Amino acid sequence: MKSLRRERSLFDPRISVPAMFQSFKKLNPRHQVKNPVMFVVWVGCILTTVLLVQALTGQGEAPPSFIFAIAVWLWFTVLFANFAEAMAEGRGKAQAANLRRTRKETSAKKLPSPDYGTEPEMVAASTLRAGDFVLMEAGDLIPIDGEVVEGVASVDESAITGESAPVIRESGGERSAVTGGTRVLSDWLVVRITANPGETFLDRMISMVEGAKRQKTPNEIALSIFLAGLTILFLLVTVTLLPFSIYSLQSAGAAEPVTLTVLIALLVCLIPTTIGGLLPAIGIAGMDRMIQANVVAMSGRAVEAAGDVDVLLLDKTGTITLGNRQAVEFIPAQGVEKEQLADAAQLSSLSDETPEGRSIVVLAKKKYGIRERHIHELSAKFVPFSAQTRMSGVDLGDGRQIRKGSFDAVENYVKSVGGLIPPDIKSSVESIAKSGGTPLVVAEKTHVLGVVHLKDIIKGGMRARFAQLRRMGIKTVMITGDNPLTAAAIAAEAGADDFLAEATPETKLEYIRDKQSGGRLVAMTGDGTNDAPALAQADVAVAMNTGTQAAKEAGNMVDLDSNPTKLIEIVEIGKQLLITRGSLTTFSIANDVSKYFAIIPAAFSGTYPVLNALNIMHLSTPQSAILSAVIFNALIIICLIPLALKGVRYRALPAGRLLRDNLLIYGLGGLISPFFGIKLIDMILNWFRWA
Amino acid sequence: MNLPVDWNPAVQAFVYLAAVLVSAKPLGIYMALIYEGKPALLNQWLKPLENFFYRFSGVDPAKGMDWKAYAVAMMIFNALGLIMVYGLQRLQNFLPLNTMSLSRVPPDLAFNTAISFASNTNWQNYGGERTLSYLTQMLGLTVQNFLSAATGMTVLIAVIRGFVARQAKEIGNFWVDLTRSVLYILLPLATVLAFFLVSQGVVQSFKPYGKASLVQPLKGETGQDVSEQILPLGPAASQIAIKQLGTNGGGFFSVNSAHPFENPTPLSCLLQLLAILLIPAALCYTFGSMVGDLRQGRALLLAMTLIFVPCLLVCYLAEQGGNPVFEQLGIDQSANALQPGGNMEGKEARFGITDSALWAVATTAASNGSVNSMHDSYMPLGGLIAMWLIELGEVIYGGVGSGLYGMIAFAVLAVFIAGLMVGRTPEYLGKKIEAYEIKMVSLVILIPPILVLLGTAVSVILPAGKSGILNPGPHGFSEVLYAFSSAGNNNGSAFAGLSGNRFYYNVALGLAMFFGRYWLAIPLLALAGSLAGKKTVPQSPGTLSTHTPIFIFFLAAVVLIVGALTFFPALALGPIAEHLMFKGSTA
Repeated sequence: MKSLRRERSLFDPRISVPAMFQSFKKLNPRHQVKNPVMFVVWVGCILTTVLLVQALTGQGEAPPSFIFAIAVWLWFTVLFANFAEAMAEGRGKAQAANLRRTRKETSAKKLPSPDYGTEPEMVAASTLRAGDFVLMEAGDLIPIDGEVVEGVASVDESAITGESAPVIRESGGERSAVTGGTRVLSDWLVVRITANPGETFLDRMISMVEGAKRQKTPNEIALSIFLAGLTILFLLVTVTLLPFSIYSLQSAGAAEPVTLTVLIALLVCLIPTTIGGLLPAIGIAGMDRMIQANVVAMSGRAVEAAGDVDVLLLDKTGTITLGNRQAVEFIPAQGVEKEQLADAAQLSSLSDETPEGRSIVVLAKKKYGIRERHIHELSAKFVPFSAQTRMSGVDLGDGRQIRKGSFDAVENYVKSVGGLIPPDIKSSVESIAKSGGTPLVVAEKTHVLGVVHLKDIIKGGMRARFAQLRRMGIKTVMITGDNPLTAAAIAAEAGADDFLAEATPETKLEYIRDKQSGGRLVAMTGDGTNDAPALAQADVAVAMNTGTQAAKEAGNMVDLDSNPTKLIEIVEIGKQLLITRGSLTTFSIANDVSKYFAIIPAAFSGTYPVLNALNIMHLSTPQSAILSAVIFNALIIICLIPLALKGVRYRALPAGRLLRDNLLIYGLGGLISPFFGIKLIDMILNWFRWA
Repeated sequence: MNLPVDWNPAVQAFVYLAAVLVSAKPLGIYMALIYEGKPALLNQWLKPLENFFYRFSGVDPAKGMDWKAYAVAMMIFNALGLIMVYGLQRLQNFLPLNTMSLSRVPPDLAFNTAISFASNTNWQNYGGERTLSYLTQMLGLTVQNFLSAATGMTVLIAVIRGFVARQAKEIGNFWVDLTRSVLYILLPLATVLAFFLVSQGVVQSFKPYGKASLVQPLKGETGQDVSEQILPLGPAASQIAIKQLGTNGGGFFSVNSAHPFENPTPLSCLLQLLAILLIPAALCYTFGSMVGDLRQGRALLLAMTLIFVPCLLVCYLAEQGGNPVFEQLGIDQSANALQPGGNMEGKEARFGITDSALWAVATTAASNGSVNSMHDSYMPLGGLIAMWLIELGEVIYGGVGSGLYGMIAFAVLAVFIAGLMVGRTPEYLGKKIEAYEIKMVSLVILIPPILVLLGTAVSVILPAGKSGILNPGPHGFSEVLYAFSSAGNNNGSAFAGLSGNRFYYNVALGLAMFFGRYWLAIPLLALAGSLAGKKTVPQSPGTLSTHTPIFIFFLAAVVLIVGALTFFPALALGPIAEHLMFKGSTA
């Protein structure tokens, strides 16, 4: 299936060039103040610039070249953070522009009443309101979301889903929703408008991908509070250093106190600029990854909640199993040869175009080498399945009458023509039912030949995926309309943790409520109107794009591919979002340790020369030490932009393993890497005699 | 460095820690039973007495409080205690049991001492035997020793109930928790310990101070002959017992636990050391027991121990290593049969290096202000350890109640960061950690450093502050930093070398103690209230386990890194510079 958007290389110039301009625009203090960490850096930039002007025009506190270098790199720090955010937004905007192109001003045929054939009135699409009725004919662009009340038509939805094959939309049932921006290809529809202009699905999609109405998610808010707290703490640590320095000088009788430039440099190095600068980009990129997976989330909150899901409700049919049952075995009655049963079963299924019927023909050929015959050559007459007889079969030219159907139906049939049911048939039927299969009894007039075992076929790889989910701590629940016996057998075979049999909309809703009251977060997919209550109740509710308007309204995500197993991917994206934030926070804080070893000896060896012993990196001069730390601090933001946009790789491992691995990479790595980075920058600065 | 060859210090430290850790579990579980109101012998025997207190004061023990009501009750009760101690000091010359006819205490000193004892800091700007009457000691200080410790325990229990409760508003009844803390936990333990201490020679008397003739007369400061020594007495043993058990530490006498009438023998020293860490360590198991998973309590206890042991080792090695300047002069500082060796300046000969270092590390870890040696005279690294343990926020065992609630705050923070790293909204003991919790926890973790750094900064700039500093250079700076670290974190131990009994320091340190205590207790109760209102999320393999070695290690790392990042610059200008100077002087 084609993805909604083309894969873009990370630094696609069409995005990165405008992002550079955006980075400067975002220097506006009204924008900066939204992010407390970067706002402090911004204020530091202003202060050092003022100090630079002072140094250039008169008596400065330090050589102008030093203040200049610090000021420039502080401005870069802010610009790099702005760039990260602009990059993430740019990717969303490019997508939004594509979507917007589909929203053209059109006219629509408004109908006075919801009946085909009444005289339409041509009106501008923008004047339509929820509750109006419009007529859509072949070639018309659907102006706005609505529900089909009459007619059947094929609709091209590629503008929204990227899927070029047309889909059928018809009144009633599961396929009644039409989306603004799609086009009717054939026939006609009478549509009741369900959204006002500006509130349509397309509008919401555009605003979500654009990040225009992006609100901070709960975890992001909590993290921002923590980062703001750290910023206050480090602000205090550096501010109090000035009096500490003055006092120490007085008692040591040494040179000048630490300069404001150095203190600002220290402050910027200490506050968590790495995570602070990348935090907005991480959030926007998380939404972006959802779009890449062809899922439109209606809120960032939903994306984040996806990572917390404990219980996953999956429909059996279409999600866990292939849509159809298949024949897997012929069990003959006593005294009947297997070949004889296979032959009869095949004959009765030759004209049976249902997947079950086809599978019987295939099995007969595969297992007993019975060739497919043509029904006309046998001058046979196919008896299709009917609601009255609940059997299908064939009447052959030689007078043989073969029937297959459920046990009850065949029992009635056989008894009505004076036959008897052999006792071993009954036990075969029971054992098949117990194993989760469907028994199909085959009879020729009064003579019962045997049973065909029809089985639900579990999709490939489901077991492994469920095991993976289990390791992630997520319980999978199979939902099915089957009886508990069948459901249990299939759930066991697929490896699902639990099942909900004979499910109705009420029992689903009840089940979700029950899990939630136990403190669990529930995710589910759904497409039908009868799923809507359960979707509304679930914490993460993914509606299929092929589903009804009601289902889409009730869910908080829409899967444009309409692929029920997408939930697993959604959960991973949610987790990845949180892991990226946590890992970069750890990295950012761990970085501080090495920066102290660069800056403290540099700042205070004038006061207490012995403090030079702390210069364990052997940085060449105090000025290059401080500058190296500031440059490292700025460059690390640029280096981590790809990680912020792509997200930390998520592997389905137990929490303990994940923590250990991420702590080793981002904690220990964050502790060690700046020692090398700062030393390297110091060496380069000295090589070129820049400091 | 001169390392001793015998294993005596290691054996002492091991026996001590083993005794603390072994007794923690049974006591912890006993305390959990007490707070949960389940039968535990004492609370069956003394039930009528407990009920009498409730009837007498009109408290309905069955009535729960929400966090605000709990906080209000706690604050009112503490305000009354504060006024009581202040009043007793100001009026002691009119009141009975003023055997030595001591005059009223000046208002600034009385203010400082009142906050000091109400807030469980027990910073000593007063000199017990020269300032306070027996009545003030008993009714003021001893009573507050019990009540401030009990207050810390009530706040902790409320926080624990926040984790236990499910979608509830109430976090217990302050008056009930307070009564039970005193009646069933502190009083029985203190009574037993007081008898032990008396057996070792700690005084307990209402008699006037004794006099003794000196065998060897001395010359006084002004050159006069001194042939007589005054031996101060008083009801000391009863106060010393709770002073240690309640991680108070305010001495009955001026020189605190170095005084032979407070701490006469090595055995009394060991018993008091045990008393210092006993309840803080045991409360970890109370926590585990009440949340229904002892492993959770043990995890916190192990994280604390993980920081404690290396600190003890560094402090001991720094002191036993001796003074490099002496070494240059050719003075033998090694331990041998005739001398303990090491840096003995400011240490009591009857305790030696090991018991002094153990005491210094245990008391600064545990927010117990008592001292049995002069921290001012420690080697810079030894002093650094003491100071840094305080600056970590008094969470390495910490004060009774306060240490563990501080550690729980750190655990919540650690869970938050670690939780994000495993890709789930962080949850601790089934409670989701969200913005509100992080706000409260940030306050709890940020406020003490703010008080310490701001207080120190103001004091080294203002003439009123500078004039109290007795030593020059980094050492003088360390003295001020230590004082504010001690006050802001409610430890109470003093580096000394700073004349603290001045108007400026009485007020500044008093304020630091006040905010360091109550500005933390209230956000913690708010945290308890918020947690209590939440659902409990069941455990799953995707949940971060908070009892595993990796989490214990991570928690200890968070405490250390926050402490290091906050105080590294200040420590660099204090003990670290001094240490490097010492090393430099021998190079």
